[in-house]
Amino acid sequence: MFSFCSDPSSLEGLAWLSCYLTTGKHIEMYWALGTVLLLLAITAPTALAFGFGGAMAARSRFLPVSLFGRAYIAIVRGVPDIAFFMFFVIALDQLFEVIRHKLKCPDWPQDIWQGNDFVVCPEAKLPLGTAPQWVHETYGFFLAVLTFAIVFGAFAANVLFGAMRAVPRAQVETAEAYGMTQRQAFWRIIVPQMWVYALPGLSNLWMVLIKATPLLFLLGIEDIVYWARELGGAKTARFSDYPHPDWRMWYFLALLIFYLLFTRVSEIVLDRIMRRLTRGQATVAGEAQRKAAA
Amino acid sequence: MSCWETIADYGLRSLGIGERLLPRSDFTLCQQFTLIGSGLIWNIYFGTLSLLTGFFLANALALGKAARNPLLRKPAEWFIFVFRGSPLFIQFFFAYFLFLQLKSVYPFLAPLTAASLGALIVLVLNTAAYSAEIFYGALMSVPKGDIEAADAYGLTGWRRFRRIIWPTMMRLGWPAYTNEAIFLFHATTLVFFSGFPTTHQKGDALYYANYFADKTFNPFVPYPILAFYFILLTLTIIGIFGAINARLNRHLPRVQQPRIRLLPQFLR
Amino acid sequence: MKKIVLTAAALALTAGMASAQTVRMGTEGAYPPYNFINDKGEVDGFERELGDELCRRAELTCEWVTNDWDSIIPNLLSGNYDTIMAGMSITPERDEVIDFTQPYYPPTASAYVATSPDADLTGVIAAQTGTIQAAHVAETGATLLEFPTPDETINAVRNGEADAVLADKDFLVPIVEESNGELVFVGDDVPLGGGIGMGLRESDTELKEKFDAAIQSMKDDGSLNELLKKWFGDDTTLF
Repeated sequence: MFSFCSDPSSLEGLAWLSCYLTTGKHIEMYWALGTVLLLLAITAPTALAFGFGGAMAARSRFLPVSLFGRAYIAIVRGVPDIAFFMFFVIALDQLFEVIRHKLKCPDWPQDIWQGNDFVVCPEAKLPLGTAPQWVHETYGFFLAVLTFAIVFGAFAANVLFGAMRAVPRAQVETAEAYGMTQRQAFWRIIVPQMWVYALPGLSNLWMVLIKATPLLFLLGIEDIVYWARELGGAKTARFSDYPHPDWRMWYFLALLIFYLLFTRVSEIVLDRIMRRLTRGQATVAGEAQRKAAA
Repeated sequence: MSCWETIADYGLRSLGIGERLLPRSDFTLCQQFTLIGSGLIWNIYFGTLSLLTGFFLANALALGKAARNPLLRKPAEWFIFVFRGSPLFIQFFFAYFLFLQLKSVYPFLAPLTAASLGALIVLVLNTAAYSAEIFYGALMSVPKGDIEAADAYGLTGWRRFRRIIWPTMMRLGWPAYTNEAIFLFHATTLVFFSGFPTTHQKGDALYYANYFADKTFNPFVPYPILAFYFILLTLTIIGIFGAINARLNRHLPRVQQPRIRLLPQFLR
Repeated sequence: MKKIVLTAAALALTAGMASAQTVRMGTEGAYPPYNFINDKGEVDGFERELGDELCRRAELTCEWVTNDWDSIIPNLLSGNYDTIMAGMSITPERDEVIDFTQPYYPPTASAYVATSPDADLTGVIAAQTGTIQAAHVAETGATLLEFPTPDETINAVRNGEADAVLADKDFLVPIVEESNGELVFVGDDVPLGGGIGMGLRESDTELKEKFDAAIQSMKDDGSLNELLKKWFGDDTTLF
């Protein structure tokens, strides 16, 4: 990084530290930080979409759809997220490849399952065998987002399902009295009003989501915890220009501060959103806001 | 070997009772079910004990956070913030590290480095922080009318809290607390996975699921078995907490009683 | 319109097929000197150097990826990479599920390391989860203390949590050397496993033959021994 870093063994103090913290390996860790933030930014809306779909399905009047929605919510909520992370990525990956295999190579002579091996035709591989490394990484990232979204979507579905039911019945009855159809009442009355009921649950979920990111390494993403362990572990002079004893504690301390700060910022932002959403709502807090303003 | 023999050999393996060596080859479904179920004992141990202990601590913390005196309020607020704001993963790491240091200074603290005590303490503190936040929220939403009515009856201080405020706080916080209990049981799978080492191959359900996935190279059998057990566990928790919920709300008129529904309604 | 897009995609596909397939090499990246991540953040070590040379001889384009040790075999089976070079000993259990090339590293000795030479080897022994060493400790009757990464097993010995650690000797040698006498080898070496080979899917016979031939050619011209000496010192077992 810096010109004076060419001979690390001669450095001391701050100069050593500045070189140490800018090694290629550390840069990878800073990138991993970005990856985690990006993953959170993409997962949150995706999980919300899954949750919305799940809640709609669970509310459906058509029994099989409703059963499906309820089963999705109940099963995923009932199982520790780690258990899913341990095999879901491989399962999803294989599912996609089987679908592509059926579409692209209908006349493939061999079985997909050969003993323990899972072999699809080369055209169906995801990503293709010729693809560069960044495509593989992006695909891995995509699978991780999808897994997170499916798991947290079930929790979101549960929250939204409750929130839809929390909208006062009188509101819907009034809408029906105005001649709205069920669909209209749902989209125009329930959906706009449910957020204020859903937000406490959703903010809680966001906090849980932030704290689930240390499990990303199970999904094949080299996240900050992976790098903290890797960089913090004791290094001998033979394999590194910057030998040091076990420093994992300091790396984990940095992670701890990062997570606490992130939580604090999230709390402040969510608090603002809550206040914004409460405005003009027929709830105690909304009433209090109105009185304070008057 | 019949399945009954397997259960006799491995049913209590996670506690160190029975066959010492884990199965090495020719893995049967029965072995996987038995050992993973055996590991579940640890999850139940961690979950139940930390929930019971954490409950009392959580009540104290919730009151502390609601206190006017900053000497009580500030520590409670910080405690809750730190434990709710950081991943359990990292808490386990620090706890293990700290316990090792303590052990080297005071040898009689050695049991802390074993998961059965050390991890339990972390889980107690963790669930106490989460539950305290729930109870604090519930305490804040106790209807003003209830307190005024208590005052009118001449109830004050501890008696007012014990008879009026606390039962209402429990009642209001209970659904969220049910969720926290479920999450806590799920979190117990992290104990051996990231924090504390296993001795004598005595591990929890995830440890054995991981063992089989590693030996059979097939994750699609042990993890779904693990999932199956946890769904049963979750249903049990919902059942117990639902019963308590019904008791907490028994004074309310039938229609107003919020039920934790077990059987979904299909026809409306 | 749709048709045109489809043909374009098909063309792109066939074009892609013509160029050489990239062979993805899976490793753990946490087991020096076999494989580790160097200061630049790249995979480095004996296996990196050997693997690159093998690919050159077999005229393949290779790319290195790291994967958690726990799921390194399932991910190979489902095709996320094509080979494993991660200091993986050839054992009958693993051989049932995946295929191994001939060993590129002679059958290894495992060794115990402790903080004092009279450590109790039937006491608490640390080992990495899912390794042949862990299986061995479980059989000896000692208390097996398992950790997910090799680093943590060493730490367990340093801080007294375990009496000794059992691991590949070559992994332990640099650690013992650099510990300034804090750590010592204890007891006799334990021969475990049938050498270290490259793991491949059983259906990938063609790739296996290529790598087998490349390893053979490196054995024949002595370059493999050179590499072994370079990374493991002059006293290491050679072919």
